[in-house]
Amino acid sequence: MLNVLRQKFRTWLFRPHIASGTVTLNQRRIFILPTRQGLFFAFVLLLMLIGDINYNLSLGYALTFLLSTLAILTMLHAFRNMVQLEIRAGHPAPVFAGEFAHFVFHFHNSAKLPRYHLVLQHSNKHSVLFDLAARQSTEIKLPLPAVQRGWLSSGRLTLYTEFPLGLFHAWSYLQFDTRCLVYPQPAAPLPLPLRAAQDGTGTLNTAGDEDFSGLRSYVAGDALPRIAWKALAREQGLQVKQFSTPQGRQLWLDWASLAHLAYESRLQVLARWVLDAEAQGLQYGLRLPGIELPPNQGTHHRNECLRALALS
Amino acid sequence: MTEAHSSRSHSPAPVLIYGLLACILLVSAPHALHLPVWVSMLVVLVLGWRAWLTYRGAALPPYWLLLTLTLISIGSLWISFHTLFGREVGVTLLTVLTALKMLELRATRDATIVIYLVCFIILTQFFYSQSIALALLMLATLVLILSTWLHLQTAPLSLRARLRIAVLLLAQAIPLTLILFVLFPRVQGPLWGLPQDAYASSGLGNTMSPGSISKLSLSEAVAFRVSFTGPAPLHEQMYWRGPVLWDFDGRTWTTGKALQAKRAQLDQLSNATNYTVTLEPHNKNWLFTLEMPTQLSIPAALSSDFQVLQQQPVTARLRYDAHSQLSYRANVEEETQQLRRALALPARLNPRTQQLAAEWRAKLGSDDAVLRAALNYFTRENFQYTLEPPPLGVHTVDDFLFETRQGFCEHYASSFVFLMRAAGIPARVVTGYQGAEYNDLGNYYIVRQSDAHAWAEIWLTERGWIRIDPTAAISPARVQSGLAAALPDSLALPFLARTQSPWLLKLRFNLDALTNQWNQWVLGYNPERQFAFLTRLGMEAITWQKMALSMTAISASLIGLLALLLIRRASSRPTDAAQRLYHKFCRQLEKQGIVRNPHEGPQDFAARVVQILPHLAATIMDITADYVALRYELSAQANTLQGLRRKVNAFRI
Repeated sequence: MLNVLRQKFRTWLFRPHIASGTVTLNQRRIFILPTRQGLFFAFVLLLMLIGDINYNLSLGYALTFLLSTLAILTMLHAFRNMVQLEIRAGHPAPVFAGEFAHFVFHFHNSAKLPRYHLVLQHSNKHSVLFDLAARQSTEIKLPLPAVQRGWLSSGRLTLYTEFPLGLFHAWSYLQFDTRCLVYPQPAAPLPLPLRAAQDGTGTLNTAGDEDFSGLRSYVAGDALPRIAWKALAREQGLQVKQFSTPQGRQLWLDWASLAHLAYESRLQVLARWVLDAEAQGLQYGLRLPGIELPPNQGTHHRNECLRALALS
Repeated sequence: MTEAHSSRSHSPAPVLIYGLLACILLVSAPHALHLPVWVSMLVVLVLGWRAWLTYRGAALPPYWLLLTLTLISIGSLWISFHTLFGREVGVTLLTVLTALKMLELRATRDATIVIYLVCFIILTQFFYSQSIALALLMLATLVLILSTWLHLQTAPLSLRARLRIAVLLLAQAIPLTLILFVLFPRVQGPLWGLPQDAYASSGLGNTMSPGSISKLSLSEAVAFRVSFTGPAPLHEQMYWRGPVLWDFDGRTWTTGKALQAKRAQLDQLSNATNYTVTLEPHNKNWLFTLEMPTQLSIPAALSSDFQVLQQQPVTARLRYDAHSQLSYRANVEEETQQLRRALALPARLNPRTQQLAAEWRAKLGSDDAVLRAALNYFTRENFQYTLEPPPLGVHTVDDFLFETRQGFCEHYASSFVFLMRAAGIPARVVTGYQGAEYNDLGNYYIVRQSDAHAWAEIWLTERGWIRIDPTAAISPARVQSGLAAALPDSLALPFLARTQSPWLLKLRFNLDALTNQWNQWVLGYNPERQFAFLTRLGMEAITWQKMALSMTAISASLIGLLALLLIRRASSRPTDAAQRLYHKFCRQLEKQGIVRNPHEGPQDFAARVVQILPHLAATIMDITADYVALRYELSAQANTLQGLRRKVNAFRI
C-alpha cells in the first residue's frame, strides 16, 4: 500500500512536462538531494563536532560551523547553477538505424552568471558535459543510438549539476516533443532490381550508357565511386557526379517483389536500393502497401522514399 | 565549451594533484613544530615523490609497495610513541596516512577523501594552538582547499577563477557561521575521559629546587590576566599565591602530604580588593589569588595553608572573580602538628647554616631579633640577584649563604626558610607570581611566567603567618618594578620582558589586548560565557532548546535571504534598453489578458494584438516597428530609442 502511494507520489512529483517550446528551469522543475559524498561529508562534520565538544576547541567549533555553512550554501549554488536556464530543442537530422541520432538542444543563459559543469544525460547514460558562460547560448548535441527505424524520441533527459563542491545533486527532467526520424538500416550492398526496370524498348539499362550531366553537393548516403574527387582536389568541396538518365527509364522498387524476405529485411533492402538508385542517378519509384511514390530523382525524392520506408 | 562526458573515475589532472599536495603541505606545516622530525621528513618525501611522479607522468607505485610503506610507517609510530592511541599519535597517524593516500590517488573521486582528511587535519591544529595567527593561516589554507575542491566540479576553470569562487563562497558563509558560533548550544566537554596528553602544562609546579623558577622566568607566556574592579594595589603588594611548600629534602621543596588540618582562619582584615582573573590552562588544580583570598565566584576549596584548590585540574581557560584582603592575620591559632611540620629540617645537611641560626638564637633571643638578623645578613653580605647562579653542592643552603651568594628568588626563599627553621621559627616557602604588567589599552594586568616568584612565610605568636620576601631585601626593585628592573642588562631576559622604546611597548600592549579579547570572546566562549552574552543581548530564561530554536530560526531566515540574493542574480533580466521597454509594453498588455506566447515573435504578436485592440493599432505597430528596428537592424537610429521610450511610457489601454 505504502509502496503504491510512494510510487504514485514519485510519478506525480517527477511527472513529465512534455515541452514543445522553450523550457525555463524554475524551482518547480529543479530537484536537489545530497550526493553520497555529501552525506559522507555530513558524517565528517559530525565527527568534528564531537571532537570540538570533547576537547573544548573553540576554533574547532568555528571551523565546523564554517564548513557546515559552506555545505548548506553549496545547495543554493547548485540550484542557482541551473535556475532560469532556457532550453529549446532543435530539429535533429534524420539518421539510419544503427547510427547515432544527434539531438540538438539550445541552451541559453540570460543571466550575468556563468553556469558550470552541467551534464545533460539520457537514461541510457549517454551524456554531455558543458559549461555556459554568462549571457551566452550554446548548442548541445546529445548523441543517442538509433536502434529502430521510425520516430526516435529524445525521451526523458536529465540535466544535472553537482557544482560547486559535489555535495548536492541538483537535477531537472527535460522531456521535449522533439523526435528524430530513423531510416531503416540499409541492407548489405545488393544489385538493383534492374530486370524490373522498364524502358520504351524493353532493353536493360546499364550504368555505362549514362551521360554525365554535372555536379551536385554530397548528401549522406551517396555512393563513394560517384564522388568527384577531382573537384574535391580543387577545393570545391565534396561533390557528386550526376548523370542524366534518359527519359522513360524508370526503376520501380517494389515491396511486393521481395515477398520471400521478412518484413524488416524488405524495408532494409528497399532502403539500400533507394540509396543506390539515387547514387546511380536513376529515376526510381517506390511501391509500398498503400503508398506509391512515382519515379523521380533527387535528394528530396530520396528522403521522401526513406521516410516512407521508416514509417511504414 | 562542451566535451564528451566521460566517467568521473578517470585519472586525476596534474593541476588537481598539485593542488591537493599544496593543501596537505600547508595544513600540516604547523605540525612540524611538535611532531617527530622523521615524520615531517617522511611526509615531505612522500608528497615530493607524488609531485615528481605527476610531473614525469610516471605510474604510481604498486599496491604491495604502498602497503609495505604504510605498515612500516605505522610500525615506526608504534616504536616512537609506544601506542597507537592518544591524541599525539592520532594526529601523526592522520598526517602520515593522508600523505600516503596521495600515492594511491588513482581516480578523481578519491580526491574528495583527501579533501575531507585535510579538513580534519585543520581541526587537529587547534589541539596545539588556537592563536589568531594560526586561525588566519588556516583560513587562508581553507581558500586553497576550496579552490582545489572546486576543481573536481569545474575542471576547465583557471586557478584564479576558482580562488575567486572559493573566496566568495567563504564570504557568504561567514555571517551564518557567526550565528551558529554564538547560538549553538555549548556543551562543556569532555564527553569522555581524555588521554593524559590532552593538555599541555606549563607554569609553576608543586616542587621547587634551585633553577626551577629562574628557568620559568625566561618564558614570556601569559600565566593569567587580571582586571581590578577598583583601584589596583601597588606592584609590591601583588603577591599571587600559588602552591605552599612545606617539606625539604636538602635540595627540593615539595608540598608534601596535606595533613588533616582545620580550616584556614583570617581575622583583622582590611584593604579589600576585587578583581577578575582569566587563568590560562596549566593542568594543575590550584588557582591564583592575591594574598589573602576571602571570596571566589567559582567552586573551589581554601586549604588550611591558604591555597585555592579546584577538584579538577584547570584544562581550559578559566575566568573567576575574586575578593582579597591585602592586610590580614592568618591562622593565629595554628595547630601544633602544623607548626612542628614547619620546623622540620633534613638532618646532617647544611651544618654551617644550622650553626649560624643557633648562634643568633642564643645571642639575640626573640623571634623578631632573629628575623631582623637574617634579613640584615642578606643585605650586608653582598648577595647578588641573578638568573645565572653558580651550581651548588650537596649542602645547597650552606654553599649559597657562605660561598656563592648569587641566586634567584628560589635560592633566597629556600635558604631563608631553612635559616628560620634552624632558629626555631616555623616557616614555609610560598610560590606564585609577583607583580603584573599594566596594559592601558585593555585596562587590565598581565601576569607572565617570568613573574614567577618564591617567598617565605613565618609564623609568629599573636601575629600568625607573615609574609617575608627575602628577595625584596636584596633587590627591592624586583618587587617594586619587576624583573627587568632588578637584573643587570647583560642577562639574557626574553626580548619582551625588557622595557623598550615606547612604540614597541605600545605594539606589545596592542597585540596582547587583541589576544586578550580573542581569548575572552572566541576561545573562552564556553557555556557560561554564552549564557552571559545572550543575557546581555536581551534573551531571557535561556535554555538550550531556546538557543537551538533561535539558532534554527535565524539561520533559516539568513539562508532564505541569501537564497533570494543569489537567485536574483541568476534570473534573467533584459539588459538591453529596448528589450526592457518592450517588456514593459508587454506587461501592460498582460494586464488586459493579452499574453505573448514564448514562440511568438514581436511582429506576429503585434498582428494578434491589433485584432483584439483595433483602436490602438497605430501605436502598437509603431512600438513594434521601433523595437524590431532597435533589436534586429544595425542601422537603427540613436533617437529611435528615445522615441520608443516615449511611446511605451505613453501607452495606455
